[in-house]
Amino acid sequence: MSLLEELLIKQQLITAFVFVGILMWLSYRMSDALTRGRLHGSAVAIALGLALAYVGGVMTGGDKGVADIPMLSGVALLGGAMFRDFAIIATAYGANLEAIKRAGLAGALSVLIGVIVSFAVGAAVAVSFGYRDPVAITTIGAGAATYIVGPVTGTALGAGSDVIALSVAAGLVKSVLVMVGTPFVARFIGLNNPQSAMVYGGLMGTTSGVAGGLAATDPRLVPYGAMTATFYTGVGCLLAPSLLFFAVRALFA
Amino acid sequence: MVVYGVALLAFCMLTGMYTGQLLGHLIGVEANVGGVGVAMLLLITLSNISDQRFHLNPASESGVRFWSAMYIPIVVAMAAKQNVLAAVSGGWMAILAGVLAVAVSFALIPLLSRLSGHAEAALAAPEDEAA
Repeated sequence: MSLLEELLIKQQLITAFVFVGILMWLSYRMSDALTRGRLHGSAVAIALGLALAYVGGVMTGGDKGVADIPMLSGVALLGGAMFRDFAIIATAYGANLEAIKRAGLAGALSVLIGVIVSFAVGAAVAVSFGYRDPVAITTIGAGAATYIVGPVTGTALGAGSDVIALSVAAGLVKSVLVMVGTPFVARFIGLNNPQSAMVYGGLMGTTSGVAGGLAATDPRLVPYGAMTATFYTGVGCLLAPSLLFFAVRALFA
Repeated sequence: MVVYGVALLAFCMLTGMYTGQLLGHLIGVEANVGGVGVAMLLLITLSNISDQRFHLNPASESGVRFWSAMYIPIVVAMAAKQNVLAAVSGGWMAILAGVLAVAVSFALIPLLSRLSGHAEAALAAPEDEAA
């Protein structure tokens, strides 16, 4: 191992700062040059990050994207839940309390509806692919909520590891798609004010998806969407292995 | 002092996370229920009471603003460490479940947004400031 490589691994978080800095710089250049700024630089950066994560996965066979490359292990720390949540909370500073109060009910309702709708869609897809075991249907449905609700539910119900892996995959697809797709649909679904951002956060629920999707659309919406999204996984973990599982069992037992 | 802002932010996060954990424990799920949301509400409330007893000066404020500005780079790092390979290689069922869940949820946004009444733009700054 070369001296430089050794240094970059030892100072992993610092290396990650440089890595992300370069990635952002490249993305903003690409945004200007290729799309004349129409596709936001942060959207390009997130898409590029996801693409590199795919390459990292193929190269190393690991499950942490580029962070499985030893030199870039600091990316896992910088992009991990601790720093992510710290930065999300910081965006709330100076947010409009009145806007949050006004959309409070719609936001709370959207979390409940979001969990049930995603679950129902995921469960329906599982059934259409031939699954008849209520535990498997419930676990895959829960995965369509988020990639955390899936394994939590599957573990609670005693699902097989293959089904749990599928539920995680479904949740990951959702999260990646929300990150990449939000800026493209934002205009059509009226995602341009705090109220609709709160509804969006509640319906989508995947914290990483919502965090990336709003960052790429309009960073000023981040605190409103993130606020409701953070309740989603908890509600999902509560409903999926209980009420929603009973409903599935009543239909398929 | 800058560290006052950072410490306040950290205090809000720990308080919120602890509340979220207690809430999860209370309803019997192994998940943090809304910890980040509680922390955000706490920070918003604290930043909205600006009387003599509690006021952040500009230097302290910059300790919070720095982390707020680091949000997008951190999200980019988060994107770069996702298990995208597993998402793509999960097979058609996983892809279909994820895609349809997102499509249906997107479609519901305009309906539910209407619930919160007239959605007037409460964002004061112009669009290009977002850069």
